[in-house]
Amino acid sequence: MAKSLFDKIWDAHVVKSIPGGGLDVFYIDKHLIHEVTSPQAFDELEARNLPLYRQRQIVATADHNVPTKNQHLPIEEPLSRMQVDKLTENCQKFGVELFGLGHQHQGIVHVIGPELGITQPGMTIVCGDSHTSTHGAFGAIAFGIGTSQVTQVMASQCLLLSRPKRMRVTVDGELRKGVTAKDVILYVISKLGTGGATGYFVEYAGSAIRSLSMEGRMTVCNMSIEMGARGGMIAPDETTFEYIKGRKYAPKGEEWEKALAYWKTLYSEEGATFEADLTYFAEDIAPMITYGTNPGMGIALNASIPDHVPASEKVSFDKSLKYMGFEPGESLLGKEINYVFIGSCTNSRIEDLRTVASFVKGKRKALNVEAIIVPGSKLVEKQAREEGIDKILAEAGFELREPGCSACLAMNEDKIPAGAYCVSTSNRNFEGRQGPGARTLLASPLVAAITAVEGKIVDITQYLN
Amino acid sequence: MDKFEVLRSSAVPLPIENIDTDQIIPARFLKATSREGFGENLFRDWRYDSEGNPIEGFALNDSRYSGKILVAGKNFGCGSSREHAAWAIYDAGFKVVISSYFADIFRGNALNNGLLPLVVSDEMLQRLFVQIEKDPTTELIVDLPAQEFYVPLWEERVSFEIDPYKKECLINGYDDIDFLVNQKEAIEAYENNRPWAY
Repeated sequence: MAKSLFDKIWDAHVVKSIPGGGLDVFYIDKHLIHEVTSPQAFDELEARNLPLYRQRQIVATADHNVPTKNQHLPIEEPLSRMQVDKLTENCQKFGVELFGLGHQHQGIVHVIGPELGITQPGMTIVCGDSHTSTHGAFGAIAFGIGTSQVTQVMASQCLLLSRPKRMRVTVDGELRKGVTAKDVILYVISKLGTGGATGYFVEYAGSAIRSLSMEGRMTVCNMSIEMGARGGMIAPDETTFEYIKGRKYAPKGEEWEKALAYWKTLYSEEGATFEADLTYFAEDIAPMITYGTNPGMGIALNASIPDHVPASEKVSFDKSLKYMGFEPGESLLGKEINYVFIGSCTNSRIEDLRTVASFVKGKRKALNVEAIIVPGSKLVEKQAREEGIDKILAEAGFELREPGCSACLAMNEDKIPAGAYCVSTSNRNFEGRQGPGARTLLASPLVAAITAVEGKIVDITQYLN
Repeated sequence: MDKFEVLRSSAVPLPIENIDTDQIIPARFLKATSREGFGENLFRDWRYDSEGNPIEGFALNDSRYSGKILVAGKNFGCGSSREHAAWAIYDAGFKVVISSYFADIFRGNALNNGLLPLVVSDEMLQRLFVQIEKDPTTELIVDLPAQEFYVPLWEERVSFEIDPYKKECLINGYDDIDFLVNQKEAIEAYENNRPWAY
């Protein structure tokens, strides 16, 4: 029977199936950990007197909680410091490789995995973070897990899982000017809704997806969870192989050839089954922005907020618009914006910084805007400095910070004040996500950069010719 | 993990859809390194204002509602994978969450902590909201061994789905770690025999 990409990788990782139920003992190749969802897992392991089963398959970094200024100094906030210290202590005790604060490879867990060549096609990758789906861009099965599952992987390198259903999302055609990977995924989520892919693992396919760089593909897969999907993936191709080749942990020499031969078998065969199979057209996608409090509440920049919704959704819709301070049926064009955040595991890679820099070069941010850019990793930061991006940003009034999750989830000091609007390249516009009372509008790095210069939301088409 | 068999309790209604884990427990409260104490910040920003005063009208602050069952709108627990959400709900005294569907990661996290995510139809969910609104003291009975729940003053019993293995775990208070550690032989055999390893 014709197999899908997902099935090929899933089947290759089933240690055994449990008779009677729908559960598989499922093997995990790589386990990424960070300071927030791992301490209780290490404690549990110790409480049960269990060894760490395969410590060489774990990589750790500090990202969620870290300050994005003065990282060379001790962390000021005592609870954050304690959590980051606990990670260091646990990694030393259990022999886990740590890219901690100050390390040249430190960064957001979903940025460093790919850039170090840790993430490879055909792998199974988990992390106690829902945006682990990012790694699916390489043709891996990657998904977020809870802390109990982090303990399970630490203890056995396995999870007990039921196989999700398969969904294919095809985007065919050529993307219009100014339409980026972020717009593609915000468009798909706006069509499917915030729970529309719950229970599914998504494969993205089609010529528009193929045309994306690895950075763009990661942005797409990253937000799979925002429509409820267990994960998202894209079959590896020359773009993928070219990206991985030569990276620190990528296979070398004969190993590379062997790996490549295997990776080339990883695609969905003609006639493979998908429980849901959806097709969209690139020409229908415009630059997007969200107006509500979940990522499914997105519209084209120059469209209007819906003026009515089905009766069953009305309570939640009204609550959402009230929080945002918007009216049904109104346009967002002309709305004043005071904060712009460019960063997060969705859009903090070198390509994102280049997009911003090439637009803002020779321009100034508006006086009413505070614009911060938080690179995804030390390597991204280094590269940005080498390319002179830091100077362009400084001249334009943008503040280039040090790497971390930052204002995406506002666990550190980087918070948006209550009531303020922030155009953000991150992945969630939930109530209070960027700080209590903060109002988030999700958009691409290009839209965010233009907003910062204009000080308000504008139809970006005037800039595209 | 605590054992779960039959629960009889009134319920707290939250008729809001897509309640994400940032609402259940905001990120700024995830800095603890133990599992305890998250209950006091459950639904923090819906429950308390910026000065820490209870916000009137929110179900958890409404003296009419109490109990060990939370009834919530569809797609409960979407967003972040933070298990702290399940810990917070459990720590606040809830043993069951009823909704018409749950986000995948939250559902798994709940089951791993003895918190039962009980899925009912959209119609049943609305009926429960109406019933609780009408009489907040209405008791619900959740019978896990029989996979049924019912409201004693209604005629019918409603069956619900749960994976047989997960059901056994909840009833006996077992978790997946015990099970997986016992699979070591099979796991090692797999590692030694795979055609491709990373």
